[in-house]
Amino acid sequence: MSKLSNLTRGILRENPVLVLVLGTCPTLAISTQASNAVGMGLAATFVLICSNAVISALRNIIPDKVRIPCYIVLIAGFVTVVQMVLEAYAHSLFEALGIYLPLIVVNCIILGRAEMFANKNRVIDSALDGLGMGIGFTLTLLVMASIREVLGSGTWFGIAIPWLSDNGISVLTMAPGGFIVFGCLIALVNKILGRKQSPENESYCAGCPSADTCGRFGKEVR
Amino acid sequence: MIKLVSILMAAALVNNYVLRQFLGICPFLGVSKDLKSATGMSVAVIFVMCLATAVTWCIQTYLLVPRGMAYLQTVVFILVIAALVQLVEIALKKNIPALYRALGVYLPLITTNCAVLGVTIANLDKGYGLAESVVNAFGSGLGFFLAMVIFSGVRSQTEHSEPPKPFEGLPITLISASILSLSFFGFNGIVENLFG
Repeated sequence: MSKLSNLTRGILRENPVLVLVLGTCPTLAISTQASNAVGMGLAATFVLICSNAVISALRNIIPDKVRIPCYIVLIAGFVTVVQMVLEAYAHSLFEALGIYLPLIVVNCIILGRAEMFANKNRVIDSALDGLGMGIGFTLTLLVMASIREVLGSGTWFGIAIPWLSDNGISVLTMAPGGFIVFGCLIALVNKILGRKQSPENESYCAGCPSADTCGRFGKEVR
Repeated sequence: MIKLVSILMAAALVNNYVLRQFLGICPFLGVSKDLKSATGMSVAVIFVMCLATAVTWCIQTYLLVPRGMAYLQTVVFILVIAALVQLVEIALKKNIPALYRALGVYLPLITTNCAVLGVTIANLDKGYGLAESVVNAFGSGLGFFLAMVIFSGVRSQTEHSEPPKPFEGLPITLISASILSLSFFGFNGIVENLFG
C-alpha cells in the first residue's frame, strides 16, 4: 500500500463520517456554522495525527489486554493540549465548540483508527492515515455545515448571502436539520460509490471498538 | 425541590441528549433495533450516568479544583468512568447475577459513550451542586431512555419498508430520527410555562 493511498483513502473511499460512519455526534452537533466546523475538524485532525503516531510507535509496548484504556488516556492527553491551546489563543472558537471539545476523547474516529490502523502499521503510515482521515472529517463537516448554514441561516462563514438570508429554512440549523442533511449526504455517497447498505451488515458498527460486545449481543437477541 | 423537578424535566424533554444535543448517537442508531435491547441499554446508561456524575462531581470539587489541577478534568473523568464501569460490571456479576444478565452486555459499550462523559462535564459547566447534578444526570438518562424506546418502535416499522436503494439502512434511519427530533420541539417552553 503506497503512502499516497494512506493519505487519500480517508477523503472519499473510506471517509470516516460518511462511509465508516464514525464520529456522528460532533458531525451533527457542530455543523451549524462553517467556521465552527472547520475549527472542530482541525482540532480533531491534530488529535488524530498525534494519537495515531504515538499509538503506532508504542504498539509493541502496550499490552494487548489493556490497550483500549491506554489509547483513551493518550487521546485524552492530546485533547487536553488542544483544549488549552484553543482556550488561550482562539477563545471564541473554544466557547463555540463548548462541550464537544472535550468530547473529542470519545470520538470514535480516533479510537477507531487507533484500533483499525495505528496498532498494526508503522509510524509514518499511521500519521498519514490520521492526516487523511482528519482531512476527510474536516471536509465532510465543512460540506454539511455549508449546506446547513447557507440554506438555514443564509450565511457562509458569517457572510450574508443576498436573497437567502431573508428566506432561511431555519429548521436546518436546528437538531432535525442535522439528522436529515446527514441522512441525505450518506445516501448521496452510497449512490456515488454504488454501495448498498444492507440492514444486516451494519457498517457503522464495524469501526467501533465495542463492536465485539455489540455483535455478540446482537446474535443473542436474534 | 421545584428547581430539581424543573431540571429533571428540562433534561429529559426539552434538552433531550440524543435528539437535541446529539450525544450518544452511536447507541441510539446501533442498539435501537428492538425494544428489549433499547430498554436494557437505556437502563444501564441511566445507572452509569448517575453514578459517574456523583463520583466525578466529588473528584472535581474536592480533589482537582483545590489542588489547581482542573485542567486534568478530561483525562481524569474518562479514566474514572472507565474504571467505574468495570467495577460495576464485576460487582453485578458477583452479587446480582440476574441484573448482570440483563445489563451486563451493555456496560462495556458505555465507557466510550459520549453522553456519559458529556453529562458529567455539562454539570460542572453549569455550576450545579451535587444534588442538582445527579438529578440532571438522571433526567438526561431518562431522556435517552425515552428517545431509545420511541425510536425502537419507529425502527421496527422502517426495517420492513422499502425506501429508494441509496436510502436503505442508515440514511432512512437518520431521516426518521429527524422527524422524531422535530416532534420533541413540541416540548419547547414547557418548563418555563410550568415553573415560571
